[in-house]
Amino acid sequence: MKPLLEVKIGELTLKNPVLTASGTFGYGLEYSQFFDISKLGGIVVKGLSLRPKEGNPPPRIYETPCGMINSIGLQNIGFDAFVKEKLPFLKKFDTKIIANFFGENLEEYEELAQKLDATDGIHALEMNVSCPNKTSEWRMMGLQPELLREAVRKVRSKVKKTLIIKLSPQVMDIAYMAKICEEEGADAISLINTIPAMVIDVKTKKSLIGTLTGGLSGPAIRPIAVRMVWEVAKAVKIPVIGIGGIVNGRDALEFFIAGAKAVAVGTANFINPLSSIEIIEEIEKFLIEEKIENINDFIGSLIE
Amino acid sequence: MNKIFKAEILKNQALTEDVYCLSINVPFNIDAKPGQFFIIKINERLDPLLGRPFSVFDIEDRILKFLYRLKGKGTSVLSKLREGQNLQITGPFGKWYPFPKNDYIVIAGGIGIASVFYLMKKFPKRAYLFYGARHRREIFFYKELKEFAKEVFISTECGTFDYKGVITELFRQKGLHLNLPIYSCGPMIMIRELKKLLKNKDVPCYVATEERMACGIGACLGCVIETKEGFKRVCTEGPVFEIGDLNL
Repeated sequence: MKPLLEVKIGELTLKNPVLTASGTFGYGLEYSQFFDISKLGGIVVKGLSLRPKEGNPPPRIYETPCGMINSIGLQNIGFDAFVKEKLPFLKKFDTKIIANFFGENLEEYEELAQKLDATDGIHALEMNVSCPNKTSEWRMMGLQPELLREAVRKVRSKVKKTLIIKLSPQVMDIAYMAKICEEEGADAISLINTIPAMVIDVKTKKSLIGTLTGGLSGPAIRPIAVRMVWEVAKAVKIPVIGIGGIVNGRDALEFFIAGAKAVAVGTANFINPLSSIEIIEEIEKFLIEEKIENINDFIGSLIE
Repeated sequence: MNKIFKAEILKNQALTEDVYCLSINVPFNIDAKPGQFFIIKINERLDPLLGRPFSVFDIEDRILKFLYRLKGKGTSVLSKLREGQNLQITGPFGKWYPFPKNDYIVIAGGIGIASVFYLMKKFPKRAYLFYGARHRREIFFYKELKEFAKEVFISTECGTFDYKGVITELFRQKGLHLNLPIYSCGPMIMIRELKKLLKNKDVPCYVATEERMACGIGACLGCVIETKEGFKRVCTEGPVFEIGDLNL
């Protein structure tokens, strides 16, 4: 018998617990040439801002052992173009569309959140408070508890849809940050965003990333992400979405045991465009082998 | 056409100490155009993590060939793979060279020949080829090029083969006046020089660019270069650009 893979994140029901992480799956179109993206639990689209963003000067990426550093700088086409040019295509698929978003200041966060909330075809919002490649005072939003509290409170007041807060790993106590989000009414927490990192060319003595530093992702950061998901899942009652270096079903299962209700696949999409659906198949196969009928019985099953 | 496939290595031959020619056997007829690229996942391990992009060097029925220079970890691991091993390939991707309608000029610097060889093979006997390398050892497939091109001009930096100097200078002397469309691939220094030479010329010049890539399909926005109209993705809007559009 096929195991039940359905999970709930706030008001959102996912047919399976595998999402594609923001910034790694474009607007879905890029991957629809390889597989039926309706098979996904959901798609978290490339981070959106009110107005289009050019992004950071190249070079933007560099591969490191079992990982990569990126500094894209949140390049995106902006809300209006997204709704006009990308959303109609995404609406054709039977999967949940989660809009990742950010602003240059809190007012922009609120305004964009309100617009996204009112837009048909967007099922949930993921608020990015943690991009390592941005420079503004609100870059610190995800790092300073009181800024985070104010931001989540204000955005929550504008959003009726499921609101997910994506946290930075760059904090002393991530469970504390997650609790703040929960107290201010967030429906779910996703973590982790990339880890600030650097790589230097020893001959030129220059950074190999245009903006000098970038965010590290990929399997290299997975154990850190698993630990943080475990800490957060213990501390809050709202669902946790685990992100960080998942490249196969076994990796995803670690996050479920640690307490994640869903996972998002990121860098793996770059390695193999089929990663996300292969991961769904591998999770299913494991549950069948282990005779687990419902993934929800497996979530948070860590034996301490 | 299947954009993700496994292909067996037929040959992975060292041409010099750091340039290799990889031939793979594709399980179907390959429809790729000159200037496009494929992404090769070098092994199933996590290091190297990402696939590496290589432009189409040559296609013979179901055999796909790449010419590559050892640059880093990826190409180093790739160079050690042997016949019979399987690679995961995705592609072809990217904008190809607009097909030449009449005679045309090709300017290749070093390993840049990899990107234009198949163009001359598909549109034979019409190209004035200007091909520069450091040393005569690094003039690859001379016999074939002689056959595909209408005329071949070679330069080497050390003067071990024909003209001594850089290829843009030889082109200035022997090719600039022809006023034909130009197809070009080579190091940035060569492209910059070419742009200078063409400043007052009204001929199209197509350049195949390169940049580090992650996804290769336009999703990650990692491979952008600066153009007149802002950042453009090498994998999707490129790799072939009109030289005038590039901020070099």
